[in-house]
Amino acid sequence: MMARALYIHWPFCLKKCPYCDFNSHVRDGVDVARWQAALVADMRAEAALASGEKLSSIFFGGGTPSLMPPALVEALLREAEALWGFAEGIEITLEGNPSSVEARNYADLASAGVNRASLGLQALDDAKLRFLGRLHSAEEGLRALETAQNVFERVSFDLIYALPGHTPEEWRAELSRALGLGTSHLSLYQLTIEPGTKFATMVRQGDFAPLDDDAAADLYSLTQELTSAAGLPAYEISNHARHGEESRHNLTYWRYQDYVGIGPGAHGRRSGMATQRHRKPENWLSAVEERGSGCQHELAIPVPEQASEALLMGLRLAEGLDIAALARRFALPEEQLVDFAELEQLASYGLVTREASHITVTPAGMPLLDAILPRVVADGLVAA
Amino acid sequence: MSTDLSLIRNFSIIAHIDHGKSTLADRLIQVCGGLTEREMSEQVLDNMDIERERGITIKAQTVRLNYTAKDGKTYELNLMDTPGHVDFAYEVSRSLAACEGALLVVDAAQGVEAQTLANVYQSIEHDHEIVPVINKIDLPAAEPEMVRKEIEDIIGIDASEAVLTSAKSGIGIEDVLEAVVAKIPPPKGDRDAPLKAMLVDSWYDPYLGVVILVRVMDGWIKKGLEVKFMQGGTTHLVDRVGCFSPKRTDLPEIGPGEIGFITAQIKEVEQARVGDTITTMKNGAPTPLKGYKEVQPVVFCGLFPVDAADFEKLRESIGKLRLNDASFSYEMETSAALGFGFRCGFLGLLHLEIIQERLSREYDLDLITTAPSVVYRIQLGHTKTEDAQTIELHNPADYPDPSRIEMIEEPWIKAVIYTPDEYLGAILKLCQDRRGIQTDLTYVGGRAQVTYELPLNEVVFDFYDRLKSISRGYASFDYEQIGLREGDLVKMNILVNNEPVDALSLIVHRSVAEERGRGMCERLKDLIPRHLFKIPIQAAIGGKIIARETIAALRKDVTAKCYGGDISRKKKLLEKQKKGKARMREYGNVSIPQEAFIAALRMGEE
Ligand SMILES: Nc1nc2c(ncn2[C@@H]2O[C@H](COP(=O)(O)OP(=O)(O)OP(=O)(O)O)[C@@H](O)[C@H]2O)c(=O)[nH]1
Ligand code: SF4
Ligand SMILES: [Mg+2]
Repeated sequence: MMARALYIHWPFCLKKCPYCDFNSHVRDGVDVARWQAALVADMRAEAALASGEKLSSIFFGGGTPSLMPPALVEALLREAEALWGFAEGIEITLEGNPSSVEARNYADLASAGVNRASLGLQALDDAKLRFLGRLHSAEEGLRALETAQNVFERVSFDLIYALPGHTPEEWRAELSRALGLGTSHLSLYQLTIEPGTKFATMVRQGDFAPLDDDAAADLYSLTQELTSAAGLPAYEISNHARHGEESRHNLTYWRYQDYVGIGPGAHGRRSGMATQRHRKPENWLSAVEERGSGCQHELAIPVPEQASEALLMGLRLAEGLDIAALARRFALPEEQLVDFAELEQLASYGLVTREASHITVTPAGMPLLDAILPRVVADGLVAA
Repeated sequence: MSTDLSLIRNFSIIAHIDHGKSTLADRLIQVCGGLTEREMSEQVLDNMDIERERGITIKAQTVRLNYTAKDGKTYELNLMDTPGHVDFAYEVSRSLAACEGALLVVDAAQGVEAQTLANVYQSIEHDHEIVPVINKIDLPAAEPEMVRKEIEDIIGIDASEAVLTSAKSGIGIEDVLEAVVAKIPPPKGDRDAPLKAMLVDSWYDPYLGVVILVRVMDGWIKKGLEVKFMQGGTTHLVDRVGCFSPKRTDLPEIGPGEIGFITAQIKEVEQARVGDTITTMKNGAPTPLKGYKEVQPVVFCGLFPVDAADFEKLRESIGKLRLNDASFSYEMETSAALGFGFRCGFLGLLHLEIIQERLSREYDLDLITTAPSVVYRIQLGHTKTEDAQTIELHNPADYPDPSRIEMIEEPWIKAVIYTPDEYLGAILKLCQDRRGIQTDLTYVGGRAQVTYELPLNEVVFDFYDRLKSISRGYASFDYEQIGLREGDLVKMNILVNNEPVDALSLIVHRSVAEERGRGMCERLKDLIPRHLFKIPIQAAIGGKIIARETIAALRKDVTAKCYGGDISRKKKLLEKQKKGKARMREYGNVSIPQEAFIAALRMGEE
């Protein structure tokens, strides 16, 4: 299988958000010409190993790619097209923050070729935005959203919920408002306290306590109820779209198809190999400049492990996955992929459904996926 | 040639727990130059990880030091540091038998406590010369004069010449050494008489194999000597002789009155029985020394490997540990739920915890510990096919058919508790709740000494912890067994998800069954993680449910964000979960973490 998806990582942000554990860094100045040359080189290195099929999606993630100069975006897209070619109707997404500074860039980014934006709104009121350490105000965010909706073909945005003390009433109001903003795709993430973040320190020091799991579970079901009613049901645990408006790029990950990942810390899958770039921007840069590729690890994934990855990604999707198809793909018998006895039990609790060889985690099961996976995925697939 | 008897002093350091024995030993070692500044660490003799972590001594340790006294002569001092906790009293008694005297350390702020008394009385029984040492005089709360009076009033020994020390800051250390030399009598012994040496202690050393600590009474031991263990009946060739100073030092011989170690290519754990008498193969002593009183384990529990494949490893490890610690017993046991394991007997709950921890740490074993139990005696009536008989019940799982039981007896103890009077009320209540019968209450100064008779099964789990916590650490406790008494005892089963869990069943008195059952269910509710389904937890006597709790189903457990194609993190989580799953036992489809089995029994605040 050849890659049809390309991920490009831009690791810089104006400020590190207190909840963020992404590969994002704050730097005073970025030498754009050097970065352009390096990203192009990294792309060429991967294209030399995996080309042949046209790209059907590109994703600029970060960091804050909306801070990239539009000319750089354009140059990278031109290079990608030259290396792989673009499939009809290619989806080109760029993640961005909704500050007024960045909003000024949106039109030029659209002209450069970006046709889908994913904006980090995160909240619709100032108190929550301040708690989340965001640089934009609610007002500014809404204006940026409007600008984006005017210039990009498709616009999605993110909200973070299940903040400390978040009540169902508050969330109902905020989410209803969000659903009224004319979007056809929403990413709704529950706040999680990741190790090594500022929030993790604050929680340890007792500055605040995360919302408890039961309350968070209530907010999760409320989310499903409201988004479904608005015609944007969940197609993945935290992602909602009108039918046909799903992020094609992210579906590539979840359906466990190959993808190229370039730029600092980017992951990729290339015919059974896992690729990972140097995480630290400076290390990645010097690696590319010295060796022509930013790749740090390239690891063959044993077939059973590939199957476990396919399961743990695929079961995140509302569409579920087909065990028979998986068995054919990895040439493994079905009973070596999943534990059917466990599946049956989980089905009796209403957490999964099974129709012939197709299994699906139900909406009730989705918020429990991490507890479900170790039961469903067959023991033999996981190095224990 | 070994040291002249008149220049030898053998003594133990005894005290209540934490009064500073090991710290005093540190100072004595330092002053005698046993270790350099650089080699020194705090409580250097507490060399097991578990001792260092808990800050307590578990195993007695012997050190040989050379001290040049004010009289100009150089003495050989054999010092034995002993543990203070009641569970390890056996270690103390063995050490005492090898000495002529004891340093009785008393904390200047805490005064005389239960183990101070218990240990000093043992020492007096051995006809020891006792040198009182009042330690921690550096503490602001120190009241050495009051403590001196307490020693005289409560123990009844002369404390006018008690040495005042601060082991921590090194005050009074030379005075202690001078008092040892002046007051503790030298050992007696006849170099030319047939060898008689007492096997004081033995342990397994990964490099040396079985090491034996001996006190030579008469005769001498050299490398190359053929010796006989009189009780064990085996013979061995001595291949190494030495002492700890505290570094291991080889010696040409151990002479009369001396304490040292030997190795003799001993393979079998059981051959080096503590309390045995060692003599020579040829022309040996006709009669052995008086051995030690056998210790009786009082608490029993099952130890099972989490991974059934580890059973052999567990057997081997228990064997080695047993050599290190003669006071616990074990025999094989099988359980329907847990497979093959061992039923082990311990001197108390701390002892149990320590053995369990040492097994998992030093031998890298994951263990399941079943509910601790005491030994019950049950009289069974006859049936058509079986005669009436009396059985000993070590394991609640073996509880016989109740209709056959004519009488159950349980062990009782006499407990002596010392406490500042302000905590007396709370302590009396605790004893009353545990079915205690008060037999005596005496006031001495600001303190009370209260004596209770208590059923042992009410004490083994957490009585000591509770006593410490309600008295902020001030109350102390000592006990002795006083025999069996009849009781209205029943077996309580715990059902998790409607299946009885053998390892959690226990024998309780009918009058407290419901309350205990409720407590167990409540604690298990917190100890068992939420599952994907709701889990009923019940306590039952026979078919009757006496308490019930429910663990609600898990509602959220998910990684909300799966970012940028980074699958590896999620995969690591899955691997970790799979490993965790392999380490838990399932009962009725419910995974119960290992620590839950003991934690469920801690009664906590009542
Ligand atoms: N202030 C002060 N603290 C002391 C003194 N001697 C010992 N300690 C402290 O008391 C605590 C207990 O000391 P240990 O020497 O371990 O007591 P122990 O009697 O050997 O205890 P066990 O072996 O567990 O019975 C430690 O924290 C020591 O630092 C002293 O003279 N002054
Ligand atoms: S802007 Fe996004 S990537 Fe940057 S620090 Fe904040 S959350 Fe992280
Ligand atoms: Mg000690």
